[in-house]
Amino acid sequence: MEAVVFLFSLLDCCALIFLSVYFIITLSDLECDYINARSCCSKLNKWVIPELTGHTIVTVLMLASLHWFIFLLNLPVATWNIYRFIMVPSGNMGVFDPTEIHNRGQLKSHMKEAMIKLGFYLLCFFMYLYSFHYLSYSGFSSRPDGGFTELKQAMTLKWLQGGGGLGLKCSILSKRS
Amino acid sequence: MSAPAGSPHPAAGARMPPKLGGAASGLAPPQQNGPAPSQMQVPSGYGLPHQNYMAPSGHYSQGPGKMTSLPLDNQCDNYYSRPYTVPTQNVGTPSSANQPGAQQMYGRGPPAPHMGGSTPGSFQGAPASASHSYTSASQPYSSFGNRYSSPATYPASSCASQGYPSTCSHYPASTVSSVVYPNVSYPSLPASEPYGQMFTSQSASSARPAKDSYSGPSTAVTYPSRPPPPPSQHHQQQQQSHSGYSSVPWSAPGLPSTQDNLIRNQMGSLTPANNHPSNNENVQPPKSSSVVSTVLPGPSSSRMPPAPSHPVGPLPSALPPPEQMQTKGVDSSSTTSSASPLPNSYDALEGGSYPDMHSSSASSPAPDRALEPNPTLAQALSAAPTPTASHPTKVAKPFGYGYPTLQPAYQNAAPPPSSGGHPGGPGYSGYPQHYPGVNQLSSSLGGLSLQSSPQPESLRPVNLTQEKNILPPTPIWAPVPNLSTELSKLNCSPDSFRCTLTNIPQTQALLNKAKLPLGLLLHPFRDLTQLPVITSNTIVRCRACRTYINPFVSFIDQRRWKCNLCHRVNDVPEEFLYNPLTRSYGEPHKRPEVQNSTVEFIASSDYMLRPPQPAVYLFVLDVSHNAVEAGYLSVLCQSLLENLDKLPGDSRTRIGFMTFDSTIHFYNLQEGLSQPQMLIVSDIDDVFLPTPDSLLVNLHESKELIKDLLNALPNMFINTRETHSALGPALQAAFKLMSPTGGRVSVFQTQLPSLGAGLLQSREDPNQRSSTKVVHHLGPATDFYKKLALDCSGQQTAVDLFLLSSQYSDLASLACMSKYSAGCIFYYPSFHSAHNPSQAEKLQKDLKRYLTRKIGFEAVMRIRCTKGLSMHTFHGNFFVRSTDLLSLANINPDAGFAVQLSIEESLTDTSLVCFQTALLYTSSKGERRIRVHTLCLPVVSSLADVYAGVDVQAAICLLANMAVDRSVSSSLSDARDALVNAVVDPLSAYSSAVSSVPRSVLTAPSSLKLLPLYVLALLKQKAFRTGTSTRLDDRVFAMCQMKSQPLVHLMKTIHPNLYRIDRLTDEGAIHVNDRVVPQPSLQKLSAEKLTREGAFLMDCGSVFYIWIGKGCDNNFIENVLGYPDFAAIPQKMTHLPELDTLSSERTRSFITWLRDSRPLSPVLHMVKDESPAKTEFFQHLIEDRTEAAFSYYEFLIHIQQQIFK
Repeated sequence: MEAVVFLFSLLDCCALIFLSVYFIITLSDLECDYINARSCCSKLNKWVIPELTGHTIVTVLMLASLHWFIFLLNLPVATWNIYRFIMVPSGNMGVFDPTEIHNRGQLKSHMKEAMIKLGFYLLCFFMYLYSFHYLSYSGFSSRPDGGFTELKQAMTLKWLQGGGGLGLKCSILSKRS
Repeated sequence: MSAPAGSPHPAAGARMPPKLGGAASGLAPPQQNGPAPSQMQVPSGYGLPHQNYMAPSGHYSQGPGKMTSLPLDNQCDNYYSRPYTVPTQNVGTPSSANQPGAQQMYGRGPPAPHMGGSTPGSFQGAPASASHSYTSASQPYSSFGNRYSSPATYPASSCASQGYPSTCSHYPASTVSSVVYPNVSYPSLPASEPYGQMFTSQSASSARPAKDSYSGPSTAVTYPSRPPPPPSQHHQQQQQSHSGYSSVPWSAPGLPSTQDNLIRNQMGSLTPANNHPSNNENVQPPKSSSVVSTVLPGPSSSRMPPAPSHPVGPLPSALPPPEQMQTKGVDSSSTTSSASPLPNSYDALEGGSYPDMHSSSASSPAPDRALEPNPTLAQALSAAPTPTASHPTKVAKPFGYGYPTLQPAYQNAAPPPSSGGHPGGPGYSGYPQHYPGVNQLSSSLGGLSLQSSPQPESLRPVNLTQEKNILPPTPIWAPVPNLSTELSKLNCSPDSFRCTLTNIPQTQALLNKAKLPLGLLLHPFRDLTQLPVITSNTIVRCRACRTYINPFVSFIDQRRWKCNLCHRVNDVPEEFLYNPLTRSYGEPHKRPEVQNSTVEFIASSDYMLRPPQPAVYLFVLDVSHNAVEAGYLSVLCQSLLENLDKLPGDSRTRIGFMTFDSTIHFYNLQEGLSQPQMLIVSDIDDVFLPTPDSLLVNLHESKELIKDLLNALPNMFINTRETHSALGPALQAAFKLMSPTGGRVSVFQTQLPSLGAGLLQSREDPNQRSSTKVVHHLGPATDFYKKLALDCSGQQTAVDLFLLSSQYSDLASLACMSKYSAGCIFYYPSFHSAHNPSQAEKLQKDLKRYLTRKIGFEAVMRIRCTKGLSMHTFHGNFFVRSTDLLSLANINPDAGFAVQLSIEESLTDTSLVCFQTALLYTSSKGERRIRVHTLCLPVVSSLADVYAGVDVQAAICLLANMAVDRSVSSSLSDARDALVNAVVDPLSAYSSAVSSVPRSVLTAPSSLKLLPLYVLALLKQKAFRTGTSTRLDDRVFAMCQMKSQPLVHLMKTIHPNLYRIDRLTDEGAIHVNDRVVPQPSLQKLSAEKLTREGAFLMDCGSVFYIWIGKGCDNNFIENVLGYPDFAAIPQKMTHLPELDTLSSERTRSFITWLRDSRPLSPVLHMVKDESPAKTEFFQHLIEDRTEAAFSYYEFLIHIQQQIFK
């Protein structure tokens, strides 16, 4: 059962990682003037709620499965996500507002935030992966392979792709700026 | 800036622009031509536009790299110093008094002739025979000296064009100022070395005879003329006469030209008149003329009678001067004269034809400001008839605050052969050797501490608590950047472009230490009285950063120029050189783009995403019961009927009307109908357009129907019982109607929208109006209006809001529709056409201006700055589409913008930074145009210099903008604290770091002495005050105004001007257009200045108050107000009677003069000492204590405590 929890968290975390990368790419596109603020913000705002829910679900799941440490680790980020969403002024079009994103360095702070989250999700990913790995061996030790090895490999591969994409993106970023 | 007549100009090293300061002169389009056409063969491909440079300003991904420096030898400076002859006379103005002064100040060409050249030696062998010098006498002296002349007051200007048969083309016209140019003689250069010039001694000119001075005095600046007969140039100038809006271009016929046509239009000149008889054939309107060019016959004629013209150009003797001038009507589409065989390659220019062009608005003072170092001096001069009197002073003090060492540093730079022409004189790292002076410069600046050298005036410590009269008696001008004289002259007018720090700190750390805001204040589209308009196939821009070529670039040789923003070296396109084969033209530095920091280009199709749109106007009118009751419809319809023909536009102009209450009404005005057809759509949840094609109709084809409708509208809804207002759906319908074309939507709303999408609830709690605690609801309640505005902006539609309501209407939400679509907002609280006549009058006047002012469609504005600086926050009404691109669906001349800057990289390798705004728009005539302003500022490394260069007014306006943002995003009290800190921080940093005065005394540098006063004024503004009852809508409107008004208007709102008017005298008066305008001194805004025996005028920008004391002299009341005594004056009086007495005349001419200086005509309120309206007046006395706020002195004490606690 535990393993299932972590498997789910792992998948969820992957999605969050991809989402973060997507945020970073879109924001950097805006920074480089490849897209305009309006379309950038409407793209991003669409994904604010999915991100928030995805992360909240993992957090709650950890609480439910009594993984206190991981829960406490996730709590601040989940709180921040919800706080940010709730505190959007009534006149704004969402967390990302096209009329303000170029003002007062908002773009930079959004970018920074996305970067930090990416790092955090990666950290979580490894944690889940480790836990999952550990559990899959201990919980299914009766089966030497457990049937999960392939899955793990696939996961790792996937992550590598994601990470590779990220590395690529970063280099593009630095080149652009 | 310029020295008095006959005095040599001290600055040798830099280039001398052909014209001093910006003058109102026409430009000479260099055209190829020449007496012998055969010589002028155009290289193949020459005439083709170089498309590669013209890519639309889009994003550029390429990083600007620094280019390697080129060998010095090749370097030519595009800036030549030329011998200037000083005109001495020639200012014959009807109103003479100020003219002389003006002349002194500005008329002066820097006399020192220099020959600047990269290779001076090369000159030696130049054929002497060819050389000649001639003088051109042009001197339009504009009424410059006094910044008071409003263009509007000046009658027509004449323009003359000349054909100069010379190789060099000069563009006399300066955009910025109406300054006149003295005679300038330009020798032509030898063909072999087109750029070579030598500097002559600077002092030579001092000996120059004042009047008939022939241009190159002993300086003998003879420039060898080029061997081949230079092609004649064709100068054309168009000027628009103020009154008739007709431009009268003169052209010299007979010049075959083809290649590159530059045309400048000049719009009305400021100069009152040069009445000098001119010997040329120019026909001059009686008073005109700021710009008249004289044709000089040849070298032999050493001097011309001072014709009011600025001819600037070398005239080779070989060619006969063109003698024929032709006038053209305004409508002439081509600027070339008909007599000339030139192929007409220009488009029709509309340069001067905007109806409101002549209104100088507040800008008129500007021109001279830029040039004028010391305002008070100017004033003194304006009164002084003799030009020479001031001369010594000027020389001694070339800059506003003269850094003693600075000037020499620049001068030093000049002599070295290579450096001569560098305009910018920027010490780019690549060219260290060019500017020997640079190091000296920075060291001298750095060493400029209080102890070391005579202290600049702006750094003089002022003890704030001791100084009783902190407010100077004369208006405050923008400080002049501490640049070399030549650069100052070329710099953008402070009315268009201002920076809060005229000395840019080298690093962000230094800026942080100074604790001053760094930002730009822009008024890019203001009405200009003259503007060089350039038509050319190639608009020269930097390939890396897309900067437009400007006066501050440096030419490495005649084929390459170095961008002053990204430092990339670019090629000069062929076309920019004219004929490189014969070398008769190769003088790119004389193009108008390089001679003026404000220019307008006619853009080619590369700058269009679609064909230029026609002018489209849609009026969306509230006709609910509330609106009908207020009666605005009759005022609006009347104004529209009167101004229908003056709406800017061409034959394609379209117009439409919609009305709404709980339903939406469309009006079919299709040509051919016998009467307007009303179509009612009651489905407000899903709005559709009943007949999409016939709702926006051609103004000219359907004029009768439109008039019928306007006549009928006020009475159509007179019996309506509908109280609801479906504003949201009406706006959606308007958006659908406008989206195919774009244009302007004018929304008139009188209440809170109560139906359909975008409905709003009342959020104001009247009991909280005077709360000192938190003020809520400064932000919008819904994003509906913001989304709508962004949709509109995307479809090039701007929404202008007229809110005429008596109750709370949630302006905070409604304003979004204008804020993000680049519209404008007008607010008339408690409007009622009968009960509140002053508001009705205001609406009427505002509408007149609104309907007739210039307008630009589908505009974008991009602001660029030197590498190392970056913009991070924008203020104004627009949508920021990408990092530095502002999307402006419409642009109007009354819109101002502000930008905050930060310093991202250290600026140590440059001594100058530049800012450029480019506004690309479609004129109402369907032309795509680009207006470019460029501002150049020095970089300093010491804190003292940063303080010395503070432009306190700009800083206050930027602070106001920042405070508005803070109020909305955080809270009002936060914003107020931040404002107080904005005073405390710099003063405390100053006293600890710079000042030598003992601590515990509140001192400020002279440049900052007004900061506490202005911040106190800000704290007492409706936008930021607490404790005084302020309606939420009033507060929000005040905030909107702060964000969108240009600096000149905003300053008057923040700190009104108070004058005593019961004792006006002619002392110090200025003459404007035959009228004597008294100049009473400014009074501080305190009740202590109000004496019962006096009468005072307060100029608050959009409103005038005349306060009449109880014991006011009966003579004044009788002679000016037309009533026997105080008691007889009515409570509501909004006009001064026209009485035939001296004092009445003076008072009226003063008020008229104040009125003419701004676009929106203010309403006059008479306030009797005891009347209830008194509070309105007294709330502007910001130095006094109120129940809820400090007096000025208390505020100072408070600051002092904060600093020294």
